[in-house]
Amino acid sequence: MTWTSRQRAETARTFIVMHTILTRQQLSPNVTRLDVRASRIAQIRQPGQFVIVRRADDSERIPLTIADADPTAGSIALVIQSVGKSTGDLVALQPGDAVRDIVGPLGHATELIATGRALCIGGGVGTAVVHPIAQGLHRRGVKVTSIIGGRSKEWVIFERELQQLGEVVVCTDDGSYGRKGFVTDAAKEIIAAGGVDIVYAVGPVPMMRAVVGLTRPAGVATIVSLNPVMIDGTGMCGGCRVTVGNETRFACVDGPEFDGLQVNFEELQDRLSTYREFEQRALACAKDACQLEPAR
Amino acid sequence: MPGKITTKQRLQIGRQKMPEQNSAARASNFEEVNLGFTEQLALLEADRCLQCKDPRCIKGCPVSVNIPRFLDLLAQGRVADAAQSLLDDNALPGITGRVCPQETQCEVECVRGAKGQPVGIGYLERYVADWARTHRDELAARTTLSARTSQLKRPADRPLADLAVRTPRKGVAIVGSGPSGLTAAGELTRRGYDVTIYEALHKPGGVLVYGIPEFRLPKKIVAQEVQRLQESGVKIECNTVIGRTYTVPELRERFDAVFIANGAGLPVFMNVPGENLKGVYSANEYLTRVNLMAAWQFPRSDTPVLQGRRVAVVGGGNVAMDSVRTAKRLGAREAIIVYRRTRNELPARTEEVHHAEEEGIAFEFLTAPVEVLGNDKRWVTGLKCIRMKLGAPDASGRARPEPVAGSEFVLACDVVVVAIGTRANPLLTATCPELKLNKYGNIIVDESGMTNLPGVFAGGDIVRGAATVILAMGDGKRAAAAMDEFLTKV
Repeated sequence: MTWTSRQRAETARTFIVMHTILTRQQLSPNVTRLDVRASRIAQIRQPGQFVIVRRADDSERIPLTIADADPTAGSIALVIQSVGKSTGDLVALQPGDAVRDIVGPLGHATELIATGRALCIGGGVGTAVVHPIAQGLHRRGVKVTSIIGGRSKEWVIFERELQQLGEVVVCTDDGSYGRKGFVTDAAKEIIAAGGVDIVYAVGPVPMMRAVVGLTRPAGVATIVSLNPVMIDGTGMCGGCRVTVGNETRFACVDGPEFDGLQVNFEELQDRLSTYREFEQRALACAKDACQLEPAR
Repeated sequence: MPGKITTKQRLQIGRQKMPEQNSAARASNFEEVNLGFTEQLALLEADRCLQCKDPRCIKGCPVSVNIPRFLDLLAQGRVADAAQSLLDDNALPGITGRVCPQETQCEVECVRGAKGQPVGIGYLERYVADWARTHRDELAARTTLSARTSQLKRPADRPLADLAVRTPRKGVAIVGSGPSGLTAAGELTRRGYDVTIYEALHKPGGVLVYGIPEFRLPKKIVAQEVQRLQESGVKIECNTVIGRTYTVPELRERFDAVFIANGAGLPVFMNVPGENLKGVYSANEYLTRVNLMAAWQFPRSDTPVLQGRRVAVVGGGNVAMDSVRTAKRLGAREAIIVYRRTRNELPARTEEVHHAEEEGIAFEFLTAPVEVLGNDKRWVTGLKCIRMKLGAPDASGRARPEPVAGSEFVLACDVVVVAIGTRANPLLTATCPELKLNKYGNIIVDESGMTNLPGVFAGGDIVRGAATVILAMGDGKRAAAAMDEFLTKV
């Protein structure tokens, strides 16, 4: 059999997997859930693992934790906070659209305790990252208590999903829903009451830092999930380096979860601000549809 | 058609110069520096080859290209035959013609180098490869014919077309679409195997697309070479990380053989204070942002890169040269190489050092960084360095640099790029614990390229540590032959 170049090229193309958006849900004013087809990842992903998504050619590679997966439907749930141009482009996608690339599952799976009681603390979009951890713990028979929070009622996400796995304490800054105050206020009480074997905390860096501020004196093991700037997600670029216990580690291959008591949060917070000016420029350019001149 | 020329006439022709983009202009654009030979220059240069009876240049080539043969065909004006001959030996000639260190491989062996200058084999390889790329239909039309009838046979001395029919379609998985993986894929497909390459990134090419800059190796050329392989039947699955999406044992179950060529991977840092300040990059990250993610086109592309005014690049290899020349093109007023030995010890290719000098790159030789300095906002402001002097030779045979006490000084800069090497990425090997590794985490193979696991082969940087494109290709070629032998036996 002789093949023409065209036939061969077409055969090669059929191997490109289409990552179609199956459903899209607005979870809070700036948080969107996309359920995307990625069947292999849906089958093998474990709690704590992430994917890297690239919406189109010329788009950034964005690391996103796998919030949930449906192996039968072959889909994974991505929960995206729209903070800049790249995330804005992603959440603008509608069911039927597709993202160009998804690679994963990346990173280590969460180290789940086998018995006892776990406190899962989720701040903002971090609640979506806490969800698969709580799922994994629940599956093992660990007693799960979740504390989740947001600015006000409309910012609270994943409450219903977490309720299926154990007790949920909701906190809002303005008291419009659940108890008034930060997640750390509720955490402080629960930790003080005793019986917590481990804390899993995922959220903004100041929140995770504040949680560690509580657990360190209480002597409670604390796992945090870090989301530094990342490109390839396979250890190649070293952009995601974080200092853990005075050692440089790569969040993509050594993490993304680390012993919270050892993490240098100040450095992490600082490194996350590296491209702030660029992000603003990208947003401004996208909004004004300005003359896109290559930066020089 | 000109008649045959005499050796004396050949000897009278001097080495032709590669036309280059003007150094002032190119220091601020990403277009290719070397422009390539014209037909006239190519034929003239090809005539310089003396057609030695015992050609040493072939032995200097890690993929054993039959150099005199393709040069002879070229000199006769039979450029299509030259292309066919070259492609039979080398799956990626457009790439090697650009990035191979010919001066230490084929050209250093050329007898004409003894008195005068060697034949410009690299330039001619590039010329013929570029002709092949732009005359694909012409070449495709003759492929079937030449495989049956031509004298241009491979060392395996079996007509490939027949082989493809005879061999059952056994499946081979290749991990990584860099130079080693692509070469092995090309060789195995021609031998009739069903080849699937798994690539971790979103684009095939490995270091050829994320590492080597556009001005040295245009991405269009890589894409076309990859496409040629795809058209010959090679399948490439991007976004697949072996060690995460699938493991080597899983591949071993699904395929008759596996070739691991996933590259070196993890960047090595200097391990000095201040290395996590904003403005410090590994060369891998810096080059990946610019090359793979097209950060030089920001905001047209979404990925940014910090554009320093004064960029210090630590290291003296090809990756350091690529980084420093990239910095210059991104608009750095000063782009400086910081290297702990002298110009004589620079591991980078002579041509790259030369090009860098022409483009106004500064060099701080006998200098080693001891600390990255930053301001109160944790942005890089400088590199604290110490002067070195050369001492007695070390294990590598090169003079060992020793610090000169009290010679510390501060080199002002706002971006630091660390280009001091890479180490083996444990992602794949950690999920295949049976695989034997050396103390550095590199996979151990026998002469044929086979690992301790039957049917699992490895090559390129994951075996050698950081090496060159052509050595990785040589491994791919050798492993392909060994895999063929292995699969014929089983």
